[in-house]
Amino acid sequence: MFEQYYPIAVLVLLATVLSIIVVFLSRIMGPRRPTPKKSAPYESGMSPIGPAVRRLPIKFYLVAVLFILFDIEVIFLLPYATLVRELGVYGLIATGIFVFILTIGLVYEWKKGALDWE
Amino acid sequence: MIDFLTLTIEAAIKAALMILSLLTGFAYTTLLERRFIARIQQRVGPNRAGPWGLLQPAADGIKVIFKEDIIPNGADKVIFTLAPALTAIPALIILAVVPLGGDVNVFGYRTSLALTSTNVGVLYILAVTSISVYGITLAGWSSANKYAMLGGLRSTAQMISYELAMGLSILAPVMVVGSMSLADIIDAQKNVWLVVYQPIAGLIFIITMYAETNRAPFDLPEAEQELTAGFHTEYSGMKFAAFYMAEYMKMIGVSVIAATLFFGGYRLFGLENLLGGWMGPVILIGKVMLSLLLFVWIRATLPRFRYDRLMDFGWKVLLPIALANAAITAVLVVLDPWWYRLI
Repeated sequence: MFEQYYPIAVLVLLATVLSIIVVFLSRIMGPRRPTPKKSAPYESGMSPIGPAVRRLPIKFYLVAVLFILFDIEVIFLLPYATLVRELGVYGLIATGIFVFILTIGLVYEWKKGALDWE
Repeated sequence: MIDFLTLTIEAAIKAALMILSLLTGFAYTTLLERRFIARIQQRVGPNRAGPWGLLQPAADGIKVIFKEDIIPNGADKVIFTLAPALTAIPALIILAVVPLGGDVNVFGYRTSLALTSTNVGVLYILAVTSISVYGITLAGWSSANKYAMLGGLRSTAQMISYELAMGLSILAPVMVVGSMSLADIIDAQKNVWLVVYQPIAGLIFIITMYAETNRAPFDLPEAEQELTAGFHTEYSGMKFAAFYMAEYMKMIGVSVIAATLFFGGYRLFGLENLLGGWMGPVILIGKVMLSLLLFVWIRATLPRFRYDRLMDFGWKVLLPIALANAAITAVLVVLDPWWYRLI
């Protein structure tokens, strides 16, 4: 176990160090001459109007919730996928019921219009 | 203790080599893209720095290092700085579990050309692709800029939607092979590539990998005409370069994964055993180059999707097809007809 995952930890460490160097390199090497106009948020040359973070369309939350549902389905299906042959017809029927229930959910959302973007 | 030291040194050397090759690959993919698009548009492209413009990436890098690092008013400074790093790290570590070649001798020391091999390689890849969404979301949110906010939101919704179809399309080769280890998946493709058994899953994977890397025709998050530059509008200097780097390294990463899952990985009719096993990585690089050329070609050819159609395509076309494909594959693997056995 340890020999399998320890190299990944080493790689993550190296990648983190490199990313931090990259992110701070311009701060160290580049000039720093801020002016009020330069540090204003970019809005195609106009003065910014109102705050940037406002209320978001509810659609995005809906997508996030649907994603959690189906991503968990995919993760649950992965262990089954490795054992499809061994589990045979019994596993097929059991997983079939599980996927069928979730598919009903997908069809319901589709009919309700949760997947439509206007 | 000696074992631990050897393990650390070996892992550090392999990890450093992997990061270096990804960085080199990133630098020359940008040049490849600019030259190839220039050819398609009947221009010459950058050819002044060095022979055939080969020093252009170095020139770009030096220029970008000495640019001013701007943090806009109202931005969340910590997250604004963290976001580029959070985007770059997953792109750097995604290839940890992929075998890039068979076993080779290095100065009498026999080692495999993979950082590590776990029996849950596919799960690791899915996990790392999920993490890479965070950087873009946080970059868009922390910039205090309306374009960046919209770009980040769009990007998040797009990436998580296409991740489902991607996960389901990876499910099918796992079922056929019966293992989540990428080494096993490559070994199963000794004679016939998995794309022959799983043409639909292969196609869905290729489509979703364009969406996951935010490349044309799915480059909505950075749609120039409407969102300036999307989530990285406010970034300058090396922070901008970090996003750029992550995008190109992700292109290389998903190309390697596509080659591994569906196109035989480093194997090509036994040719990978030539040169004491060193031919394997060369074959893999060849496959990745073809994939990168396809990335650039598609960017130069296809117009951008409209956002509602993009979401419709992900949820109403790709997801049901991928789900049906996985179901049919499961039935086929259980029934095990003679024409669906791995050769």
